[in-house]
Amino acid sequence: MIHTEHLVKDFGTFRAVDDINLDIAKGEIFGFLGANGAGKTTAIRMIIGLVLPTSGQIIVDGLDISKGSEKVKHKIGYMSQKFSLYPDLKAIENLEFYAGIYQIPFRQAMKNIQPIIEQFGLQDILKSRTEDLPMGYKQRLSLVASLVHDPPLVFLDEPTSGVDPQARREFWQVINDLAYAGKSVIVSTHFMDEAEYCHRVIIMQDGREVALGNPAELKAEHSSATMQELFLKVLGEDHAKPE
Amino acid sequence: MPNLNRIKAIAEKEVFHILRDSRTLTIIFIMPLLQLIIFGYAMNMEIRQVPLVVDDSALNSSSRALVDAFIHTDYFRLVPKSEGILNPGELFKERRAQATLSIPKGFGKESLTVLLGIDASDPNSAQMIQNYATGIVNTRFAQAGAGINLQPLILYNPDMKSSFFFVPGLIALILVMICALLTSISISREKEMGTMEQILVSPVSATEILLGKVIPYIFLGLMDALLILAVGMLLFQVPFRGEFIVFLGFTFLYVLTSLCLGLLVSTMAKTQQGAMMMALGMTLLPTLLLSGYMFPITSMPVILQKITYIIPARYYLQIIRGIMLKGNNVRHLYQSGLSLLIMSVTMLVIASRRFKLRLS
Repeated sequence: MIHTEHLVKDFGTFRAVDDINLDIAKGEIFGFLGANGAGKTTAIRMIIGLVLPTSGQIIVDGLDISKGSEKVKHKIGYMSQKFSLYPDLKAIENLEFYAGIYQIPFRQAMKNIQPIIEQFGLQDILKSRTEDLPMGYKQRLSLVASLVHDPPLVFLDEPTSGVDPQARREFWQVINDLAYAGKSVIVSTHFMDEAEYCHRVIIMQDGREVALGNPAELKAEHSSATMQELFLKVLGEDHAKPE
Repeated sequence: MPNLNRIKAIAEKEVFHILRDSRTLTIIFIMPLLQLIIFGYAMNMEIRQVPLVVDDSALNSSSRALVDAFIHTDYFRLVPKSEGILNPGELFKERRAQATLSIPKGFGKESLTVLLGIDASDPNSAQMIQNYATGIVNTRFAQAGAGINLQPLILYNPDMKSSFFFVPGLIALILVMICALLTSISISREKEMGTMEQILVSPVSATEILLGKVIPYIFLGLMDALLILAVGMLLFQVPFRGEFIVFLGFTFLYVLTSLCLGLLVSTMAKTQQGAMMMALGMTLLPTLLLSGYMFPITSMPVILQKITYIIPARYYLQIIRGIMLKGNNVRHLYQSGLSLLIMSVTMLVIASRRFKLRLS
C-alpha cells in the first residue's frame, strides 16, 4: 500500500528525515518509534502529502503522492499530533464537517463510524461542544473524525499521548479492529510498550532508521526481553531518551 | 473545478464559527457603530459660532446692517470687545477671537471697504471663515457691489453639510476594514490552531477553501453596510437619492473585493496578530488618505494619483456618493463596478495561487 524510497527531508541545514525506505502492506499495523524530534512526524507528514520531501519517492496505493492528486487524498485518514477539531463546534458538527469535505453523505459517514463510536462510548457526547470534552474524549473523537470517509490508510500521529492507560487500551483495540478489517494503520508513539501491538516497527533516531522489523524478531535479534531494553540497545544508552 | 459540496461544507462550518464567536460578532456590529458615531461627531468639518470681534468706527445704518448680517447666521458669534485691544494679532494670540471685522469711518458713504481679519493657524477653518464671510457679503450686498456679480449654483449638497460627505465615506472605510479583517483572521486562526492541517490532508482545493470562507462573510458584509447606512441616515440625516437595488449590487462588489483582500493578506501572514496588523495597515490609512475620501485625488502628485487606482475605496466612493447624493444608476457607475470586479477576481486568483496546500 505504501512504498517509500530514499526519503529525505531537510529543513535548512537540519536533516529531519534521512534515507527512509519502507513498504507497508494492506492490513498491517506499522509503528514509528523514537524519541521526540527523531523524525516520526515529518516522515508521516511526507507520506500523507502535507510536507514535500527534499528527495526520494513515495507511492501510496500505486499513486505518486507528490502529484497531490485528489484521488490519493480520499484514501488517507489522518489524526494529527496536535488536537485539531474545532472547539466551538459540537462533536457531531465536527464529524459532519469532515464528512462534507470528503463528500460523504452524513448518513453514510455515521454508518462508517458507528461501531467505533459505540466502542468508544461516544454516543452521549455527540451533542456536546468539543471544547467542553475531557482530553480523553477529544482524542477519541479525533480518531473517529479521521475515519468518516472509511479510508484504507489510517495515519495516527501520537494518538495516545496524554490519555490514561484505560483509554490507551481502547485505542489499541480499535486500531487492531481497523487492521483486521483490512486497513493499514500507521501509528507513531514514544510509548515502548505500545510497540508490542504493532506488526512491524521502525525505530528512528536523528531522522535515520536504526531498526526495522517485527517487534518479537527484533527483540530476539538483539537478545532483549522488552521493547524498552531493545530500544536502549539499538540507540546506545547515551541517546535513549524514552519518556 | 471547485466542488460545490465541499465549498458548502466549509461555508456551513464558518457560519457556526460566526454565530458562536461573540468576539467576531462584536467586530462586525459594534465596531462600525462606534466608528460611525465617533468619526461622525468628531470629524465635523463645518465651522459654527466663530468668535468674531467687530470694530465699527462708522456707526451708521450701513455698518449696523453689515454686522447684523454676520451675527444673524449660525457661523459667527459676536464677542464683546474689551477696551484697548483691537489689534487682530493680539486677539488671535489670546484666542479671544478667530475673526475680526473692522469697519472704517464713512462706510456706506465714501467707501465700501471693510477689513476682515482671520486667524489662519488652522488653515482649513480660515478658508471656511473666508468663504462664509464672502458669502454673507455677496448675498446681502450684491446690489451694492460693482463689476462682476458671481451667483454660485451649488448642487447635491446646497448647505455643504459635511455629514453628506463623511457618511458615504465611512461606509466605504468601515466595510473595507471589517471585511479584510474577517477573512484574514478566519484563515490565519485555522493555521494557528492546527485545524488547517486536517483540511489540507483532505481533497479540498485552495479555491474551495477560499470560496467557502468568503461566502458567509459576503452576507455579513452586506448586513454591515445596511446597518451603517441606516444609522448614518438616522443620526446624520444623509439623503439616499438612488435606488436601493443599485446600492445593494455595487456594495456586494465592494464587499467581495474587501474580503478577497483579506484572503490575500491571510496567505502572507502566519499568525492572527500578523494578519490583523496587515489587514488594518492595508485598509485604514490608504483608504483615508488615497481614496479621495479626505483629499481630492486630482490635487495629489501624479505618482500618488496612479496609486489610487489600486485602492478599492476609490471606486466605491464614487459609487456610494453617486447613489446617495446624486441618485446615480448603473449607467453612471458601471465602470467603477467593473474595476471592483476585476480587482476581486485578480486577488482571489493570486490568493489561491499563493495558498499553500502543504505545510512549509
